[in-house]
Parts: sequence; structure tokens; C-alpha cells
Amino acid sequence: MSLKEVYNEQPNIFKFSDKNQKIVDEILKKYPNNNKKSAVMPLLYLAQKQNDNWIPLAAMKYIAKFLSIPYINVYEIATFYSMYNLSPVGKYFIQVCTTSPCLIRGADKLVKVCKEKISSKERKLSENKRCSWMEVECLGACVNAPMMQVNNDYYEDLNENNANKIVESLLNDKPLKPGSYRGRRNTSPEKDKNLNGNSSK
Amino acid sequence: MPKITINGKEIEFDKGMTVLQACELANVEIPRFCYHEKLSIAGNCRMCLVEMEKSAKPIASCAMPATEGMNIKTNTEFVEKARKGVMEFLLANHPLDCPVCDQGGECDLQDQSLYYGVDKSRFSENKRFVKEKYMGPLIKTQMTRCIHCTRCIRFATEVAGVSELGAIGRGEDMEITTYLEKSMESELSANVIDLCPVGALTSKPYAFEARPWELKKTESIDVMDAVGSNIRVDTYGWEVKRILPRINNEINEEWISDKTRYACDGLLKQRLDTPYIKKNGKLAKTTWEEAIELICNKINVTDPKLIGAHVGDMVSLENIFSFKKFLNTINCTNYDFRERNFYINSSDKINYLFNSSISGIEKSDLILLIGCNPRHEATMVNARIRKAFVKNKTPIYSLGDVGDLTYKYNIIGDTTETFKEIIGGKNEFSRKFLSSKKPIVIIGESALELKSGKFIFEEIKEFLFKNNFINKNWNALNILSQNASTVGCIDLQFFNEKKDDGGTFFKKIKNNNFELIYLLGSDNFELVKKNEFIIYQGSHGDRGAEIADIILPSPAYTEQDGMYINLEGRLQECRKASYPAGQAKEDWKIFNLIIKKLKNEKLFHNYEDLKKLTLGQIKNFSGIDSLPNKIFKNNKKLNSEFFNEKILINEIDYYFTNSIARASKTMSDCRNVKIKSLKEGTNN
Repeated sequence: MSLKEVYNEQPNIFKFSDKNQKIVDEILKKYPNNNKKSAVMPLLYLAQKQNDNWIPLAAMKYIAKFLSIPYINVYEIATFYSMYNLSPVGKYFIQVCTTSPCLIRGADKLVKVCKEKISSKERKLSENKRCSWMEVECLGACVNAPMMQVNNDYYEDLNENNANKIVESLLNDKPLKPGSYRGRRNTSPEKDKNLNGNSSK
Repeated sequence: MPKITINGKEIEFDKGMTVLQACELANVEIPRFCYHEKLSIAGNCRMCLVEMEKSAKPIASCAMPATEGMNIKTNTEFVEKARKGVMEFLLANHPLDCPVCDQGGECDLQDQSLYYGVDKSRFSENKRFVKEKYMGPLIKTQMTRCIHCTRCIRFATEVAGVSELGAIGRGEDMEITTYLEKSMESELSANVIDLCPVGALTSKPYAFEARPWELKKTESIDVMDAVGSNIRVDTYGWEVKRILPRINNEINEEWISDKTRYACDGLLKQRLDTPYIKKNGKLAKTTWEEAIELICNKINVTDPKLIGAHVGDMVSLENIFSFKKFLNTINCTNYDFRERNFYINSSDKINYLFNSSISGIEKSDLILLIGCNPRHEATMVNARIRKAFVKNKTPIYSLGDVGDLTYKYNIIGDTTETFKEIIGGKNEFSRKFLSSKKPIVIIGESALELKSGKFIFEEIKEFLFKNNFINKNWNALNILSQNASTVGCIDLQFFNEKKDDGGTFFKKIKNNNFELIYLLGSDNFELVKKNEFIIYQGSHGDRGAEIADIILPSPAYTEQDGMYINLEGRLQECRKASYPAGQAKEDWKIFNLIIKKLKNEKLFHNYEDLKKLTLGQIKNFSGIDSLPNKIFKNNKKLNSEFFNEKILINEIDYYFTNSIARASKTMSDCRNVKIKSLKEGTNN
């Protein structure tokens, strides 16, 4: 992890789409009137979803004005949480977990694959601009370590070999299936087929 | 009162105190970085760890409320080890660049690592590096040195009222910055330099100028505005290197405005160091003898009625007094100190003071501003109003729109008609005002300048008296003076009151009726020169010197002893920190020279004599550094005329209000940044 850089080509205007504006109104209802500023996190996430998975400065300003809080406070929050992207990410955004359990099981090799295949630096787009990657902290799938998240899907139980294949497939815009790559279903034990749901009986 | 045991000693403390404050009561020193008395508690530096009985872990004393029966130890091995540990973590990423760091010698981290730290480092990894951040023309940043105490962020949000600083990123990558590295837009921004316990935020204009131990320190007061902030002037030889605040909870607390702090480089530029005489339309250097000879000749041939005099914004009491005595000796009675003609009623001392006192602002429960912009006219007063707003949620109302004051206020109108309604009880606001217990009314010079200035002042005074808001315990009547010399000039009667409210002086100036005009440090005065012969006596070659026919150099405020009365009526002493430039002479000595030549007599024997005579003239004087005696009589209301007009508030070019600030490069940098941001807009 390093400090997120703000992208140098920023759009001038940001506005929630009509559809999202309705969601905004719903979100605001969850907070008391004098504490509307608490809605900053869901609104940032909504803005990210609307804007190709990254938050432009215009959106931060828009949200700050909308909730009447200083710009810097929105900026602080956006830079603090790793879930907010401040520069464009690829169509396939790969997050490699490098927290201890994954690291012990060889997450560094997945990072190596990403560096070789996609870009040498985190959050940099690949040459064909289809992929980007970053290291993140625990994604809560330690049982299936090592793993990586591509957009909203988990690719689990990886090794250097199949990580290579997955990344390749993403770069070619023909993504492989998510899930365990050692034939497990969810988090069930590997050996016991009974528990694995493939009961032979 | 509850009791707490500190290092085996039992002491009493007030409810609501923290353990750290209780330790201070017991004279036990606790090291700290993030804790600051005037700011909220953050508890993130962990330097103030102490041992508490029945607690397995050390506790952060700054954030722990003290309670009855607590047993605190600060001198055990346990505490020492905790401090050493914290210190080691703080220093893990702190560069060892003390020899090239401006904070060296007055650095909290340096001092505390000497007393509480370990002498070697076990951290063999690379230290992190953080890029410098732009924070405007005053603050130099070296963010690698930052220990993330967040004092600067808390100051900007809480005291200055501009939420522009913040901490971005997290963990090891945390960085302190302004939003997208914009410069801080506050008149108090440079106080973060004093607050920074390390060398992360240092002074840009003072960068690599001197080391603190080389400087001569003089305790003095500020004359950039009428507040009279307490300052310390640091000099190296003749040069004033920097100005720092002195703590005075009655006036400026621990802060000073950027103008007070950074106009000092103007003391080195544009200085008048020798007398000049205009010959063939050009100013030429001359000697004192020649200049005084010429002045005496001019005075002798001019009818005293055709002599006018004006005194400037930063002139001390002694000099005003000696100037007045000098003018009286040559029978001149046309003099004034006002830059624009505003209404003064000098019959009673409360008529021109900030009577509630600056610290009294915190006690009030309603504030009404009439035609003033405290943010630019008296920055430290504005900081106090903001403190009252934040701490007590004091409601603030304004007659006239003044723009951003760093706090929320309600505009109740902008015409004198609204004012009349309030006084008459016809406005909704009157009820709110009358139901408050300790209201404050602050009247600005812009309001007194109006055609209905007299009406506003006399009516509000009558209104406050009638409703018992002016009594022995509380005085709601406040005038916000703008210049350091204003209250002193009114006290010493340096204007013609009886003659048609002094209007004649301004009319005569406008009609160019004077033959000889004597300006004492007067640069803000609008004067279109025709055939007048102008004598300018002052420290800087500014607007006054530009139109002068004779220039006499005199010292600036840091170069002579002098007394000033601030807007509350508090008399304070400004002390000599440096010596005058070139051949400059103290003002009263110059008057002595002229009178000696004219009448062969001395006005004053020595400075002590002058000081004693001046003090004798001060009304309700109670002592140096204290508020004047509360003596007042309910004078009869003077009749005044009402005009229905808009209350306009004069825009002030904040960074350029006086000759010293105009000569200062730092101030012009600040001004340019401000103008640029006004032009481009920050989309705020």
C-alpha cells in the first residue's frame, strides 16, 4: 500500500444520475437530519459505481457540497479507505490479498504474475487498458488462500500457474470462471467429498 | 473538591480535569506532543503515558479524565520504559536532520528525545520520505519530519475556522496536507508554525535566517491593528528577524495574526534614513539643520490658521502628545487623526472603547455587529467571537453583509431603517436582544462614517442605558477601532470636536485650504495635493513621503519605546528592540529641535518627563496593562438626524493596511495569493 495518487485528467463536472439520485435519497433517510454528513461513505461508493469504478475530484466536491462538509474531509475519507479508487481502473480490476494467511500460501507469486502481465506498478493500467491490479489487505477468504478478487468475484486456491491463466484470460476479455481452482466448493474441506457436496452415495 | 494521588502526593483538582492537567497542578512535568491547552484532545502521540494503579497498561494522561482516588505514578521504571518506547517509534521515521532544520534549538522533539528518549536507534530499515506540500507563502513544509500530532489540523478547524488542513492516507502513508495543496486562507494560518512540535511546518520568510539562541528577544506589543496583541520581537543586530506571540489570555491568547507576525520584513525596506528636501521637483538628501531651518521658516511665514496636521495609524501616545503640544505651541488648531470622517463622542471614555473587553466576548450570550468586519479590522477579536460561537454557541447577528467571518451569523438587514426598527422595538430581533442577559453590540467605523453615524451611536447608547445593558458589571457598548493610535488620539483629544464634529478639517483638506500640512506617520490619509507645502515625518517611504516636500526620518514601532492604548482601553508598553535607521530621530526629539529653533525653549527635558506628562492626560487611567477604571455618567442623548441609507462596510485591503505592511514582501505575496484565488475561485 502506498498513498493513492489523484488522476491528472479529471472530468469537470459530476452529478448523480437520476436513478442514483433516488438511491441517494434513500441513503440519506438512514441518518438523522443533523448528521447527514455520515452518508459520505455510501455516497462516495455510489459515485464510484456510477463513474467506471473510480471517484473523480468533481464527485468529491459534489458530495462535500451536497452534505455541507469541507472538501478536505471527503478527500481524507476517500484516501483512507482502500475500496475507493481515485484513478481509473481497468474493466477487470484485480485485488490481490497479501495479508499473512495468503502471503504464507504464496500471494507474493500472484503479485509477481500481476507485475509481469499487467503493469509493473500498482493501480497502473495494462497496455491494452483492460486490467489493473493492486495489493489489498484481508478480503476474508483466508480458508481459500491465496486468492484474488476480480471486480465482484473471488478467484480462490490459486497458484502461480492458474493465476497466469486467469490474468491472461482477463487481458483477452474472456474471463475464466471464478471460484476455487482446486475443485472445492466454497470453503468445504478438500479431501472429504461428502462434505464437498459431491456425495457418491 | 476531589483528590488524586500523584507520585505519592495527594492534591485536589477541579472536576473535569484530565490526569495531565492534575499532574501540572502537582508540578509534575509530563512530556507531550499532540496535547495543547487551547485545542481539543486527540491522544494520538502517546508521549504522555503514565502509570495508573490497577491498570496493567500505561494510560495516556492527556485523554484520561482524572477521578477521585486515582493513584498516578510518573517517575517509575514502567513509565520511563513506556516513554522510551514511544519515543523510539516516533523517531523511527523522523530524519536526523537537526543541523539543517529551522526548528533546531526550539524543537519539542529534540528536547524531549534528550530527556526521555534512547540514545541509539534499532531501526535499520529505510526511513520513509514524504514530498513537500505547498501551504501558501508563509508556511514552509518538510513533511518527512511530521510526527502526525494533528495539532495543525485541529487549530485550522477549531480556532481559525477554516477546515482546509487534513490527514490523507493512513498508517505509514498518512500525510498532512491542505486540499489539493492550496494555500491556507486564514489570517491566523501562521500560528500552525508555533504549534508544530517538530520542524515539519516552519516559517518560510524566516527560513535559514537565524538560530533561536542568537536572537535578542524583546517583549513588546503589536501596532498593526487596534487589538494590541502581545508579541516578542526577535532581533539579530539591527534586523528584526521574526515576531512571535506572547501568551496573554486577556487579549490574543496564544495566537497572533499573519500581518502582525510577517509584516516585520517591511521594517527593513523602504526606510527613511536621512532627511530629504524637495528641490526642483526631486527629493534630495539633506542635513537635519537644513531641514529644520526650512521648516521653521515655513512655520514663521504661515498663518497658524492655515496649518493642518494629521497623525498616522501607528503613532504612540508619547508622540501624539508631543505632536499636539508642538502644534499648540505654534498655535495650530487644525489637526485630526481620522483617515475618514467618522463620528466620535469623546465626552465619556466608554463612548470610544470596546467596553465588554475581548475576554468578555466569551461571557456574552448574544452578539450584534453593526457595520463592521471584525475578521479584517481586528483579527484577534474575530478569533474570540469564533471561540464564543464554538464554545457557547453564542448567536451572532449582523447589520450589513460582511462575507465570510469563519463562523455562522444571521444578517438581520443592511439599512439604517432596520436599525431604527430594532431601537424602536418594531423588529422581531428587539425581543431576542432584550431577552438576552449579556449582549454585545459592536459598532464599526464604517457605521460611524455614515451620515446617520451620529444617530446610530447616540440611539444605541441610549437604548442600552435604558435597558440596563450598561452598568457596573456589564457594558454592552463596543466600538471596534481599526488603528493602534485611534483610542490614544481620542484620549489625548487630537481632533477638533467642538467645531462642527471636526468636519471642518476634512472640508479644508478637500478644498485645499491649508498652506502647510504636517503629517506624522500618516500614510492612509486621502490627500490630493495642490499648492500645500507638506512635511512628512515617519519611518517609511510610502504614500505620505511621496507627496512630501520635506521628509524627516523617525523610528518605526520596534525602534523606540512607546505606549499604546488598545481598543479595550488597555494601556500597554511597546519596547525598543532595535535602533532607528540611519539618522532617524525619535519624534519627540524632532519636535524639541524645531521648537528650540523657533522659540529657543525645550518642550520636554527627557523621555521620562514626556512619559509622565502623557500618562497624566489619560482618562480613567488605572495602570499599565490593565483596563481603565469603569467611571461613566449617563450623559444626555445628543440630538441627531436620521437618514435612511444602506450600511456599507468598507473593504479593507487586509495585507496592505499600513506603511510597514505595504513595504513587506511577505505581505504582498500573501495579497497576491489572495487576489489570485479570488480571480480563479476555489469553488468554495
